[in-house]
Amino acid sequence: MPTSHRTSGKHSALATFARRPETGSLIGFVVVFAFFASLGGPVFIGAPGWSSWLNIAAEVGIIALPVGLLMISGEFDFSVGSVVPASSMTAAMLSGHYDLPAFIGIAGGLGVGLAIGFVNGLLVTRTSIPSLIVTIGVMFAVMGLTLGTAVLIKGSTSVSYVPDPTTKALLGQFINGMFNVAILWWIGFAAVFFYILHISPVGNWILAIGGDRESARNAGIPTAKVTIGLFMASGFCAAFVGVAQVMTYQQAQVAGGQAFIFNSIMCAVIGGVLLNGGAGSIIGILLGTMTFAVVNQGVFFAALDPNVGSIIVGALLLAAVLSNDSFRALAMRVAAKKS
Amino acid sequence: MSDNTAVLEMRKVDKSFGPIDVLHSISLKVKEGEVLCLLGDNGAGKSTLIKTLSGVFQPTRGEMYMDGKPVNFTRPSDAQNAGIATVHQFGGTYPLMSVGRNFFVGQEPTKGYGPFKIYDREKANAIAVEAVQNFGITRITDGDRLVGGLSGGERQSLAIARAVHFGARVLILDEPTAALGVKQAAHVLRIVNEAKRRGLAVIFITHQVMHAMAVGDHFAVLIRGAIAADFRAGEKSREEIADLMAGGESMADLEANIEGYMEAHDGQPPEPAH
Repeated sequence: MPTSHRTSGKHSALATFARRPETGSLIGFVVVFAFFASLGGPVFIGAPGWSSWLNIAAEVGIIALPVGLLMISGEFDFSVGSVVPASSMTAAMLSGHYDLPAFIGIAGGLGVGLAIGFVNGLLVTRTSIPSLIVTIGVMFAVMGLTLGTAVLIKGSTSVSYVPDPTTKALLGQFINGMFNVAILWWIGFAAVFFYILHISPVGNWILAIGGDRESARNAGIPTAKVTIGLFMASGFCAAFVGVAQVMTYQQAQVAGGQAFIFNSIMCAVIGGVLLNGGAGSIIGILLGTMTFAVVNQGVFFAALDPNVGSIIVGALLLAAVLSNDSFRALAMRVAAKKS
Repeated sequence: MSDNTAVLEMRKVDKSFGPIDVLHSISLKVKEGEVLCLLGDNGAGKSTLIKTLSGVFQPTRGEMYMDGKPVNFTRPSDAQNAGIATVHQFGGTYPLMSVGRNFFVGQEPTKGYGPFKIYDREKANAIAVEAVQNFGITRITDGDRLVGGLSGGERQSLAIARAVHFGARVLILDEPTAALGVKQAAHVLRIVNEAKRRGLAVIFITHQVMHAMAVGDHFAVLIRGAIAADFRAGEKSREEIADLMAGGESMADLEANIEGYMEAHDGQPPEPAH
């Protein structure tokens, strides 16, 4: 007995590394990056390559962070797909159509996201309808509302808005003409969510709710508040991306944003978030997002058929789920080593 | 110890859901350092009784007392604050979380001030490992281990150690041995005895008479929502208890017969009829 305690207590650095849930995601990213770096050549490794995939990663990444957190807590949020256009429409409408100051447009857009998140959270916690269904319903409702309002007020499905230089610099600038300022925001959001999930006690609650909601409630965790808060976070982040899009492209469209639904979930899953909740990490979600973005953009640099990119993303998703499962099993087995 | 007033007592508690009466006139009490075994077949109202004791449901009629004073739990957290901890059969532990995080779920130790609270991982792990080791689970030495790698018995023991650590005075164990093998069940029963030795009042819910007899001081048999028998250890034999629980239902009778046969034949089940 005592000898086995010694060995199980002190793992070699390699074994500890292999047990980390992010290891699979890191290996995936390195392999994918190496693959496209070898095909894409110096352009892909240089600033143009980095900026192209980082810009993609930042946009989807800001949404993937809270969506991943929701998945860790056992919920899905499909409504982000319509929050993005709804919030950009709101911002463009307030500041562009009604000529209100930029901060009102921004606050309005973000407010729309928070409100939709609150409704999602309320419906999920007050009814027994699965969040998948609730958020799909809300997504369609918001989509219709956005279209209807836009046509009613503006008589068109797109609204343009030219932001003032400060707003543009904060939300829609390309640094060096290449790197979208959203990358910095993404890093900022990642730091906030890292704090929530891994440093603050709330992170423990999120994991526990995803692991076993009933027991978490019995343990005194305010499960409804946490869930509503997470939905509001994802609404807020999706709205942030929507508002940033207006500032970047100086136009808001009623359509668009649907791609964020599956892309954000994919980033989280590639990053090791468990589909039925209870496990996942911010580092993992970041790596998953970067992997996704590298494949997405690498295909162009490697001059491959764009369809090949979709095939790779699909294969990657399956490989990610498989490898996540085996890494998790490995972690369990190490823990279960019989004495 | 037995002349102390009961830590937790129910007097003539009824619970109905609309027109359906689930519990009828339940009176029971449990003292410090005593194990009360609640026996009952599936559907006898055990779950409703547990939920009433732990504040999930409120009694429709009747009173509950702690240390002789009337109490009224409107939420599970009320019961928890009063020192009543419930450990469920499958719940209470999270397989993909570490031992330390599991132990402190909902009551995380923190460092730092104001809104910038930091989950104190090292403290959590150290306390958790020490607490479970004190309960005799020496195999757990690393607070970062995932609980999913522990055996069912160890997970139950972790949940019990956790409840005791957070100052539980009454421990409600909901079928803790039902899903476990013989060895693991023995493990959990040892933990129950340890909790009893530390002066906790334990309410042990089970339908396995053997497990109940191994730790129980006091027994109550629940049939269709009413207490059909109430006796102390040694007053009834295992067969009598099994008969009581069976309540004349044919399937349960059969089960009791098989159990009786197994006991008479060194644990061998009867030969299947060909």
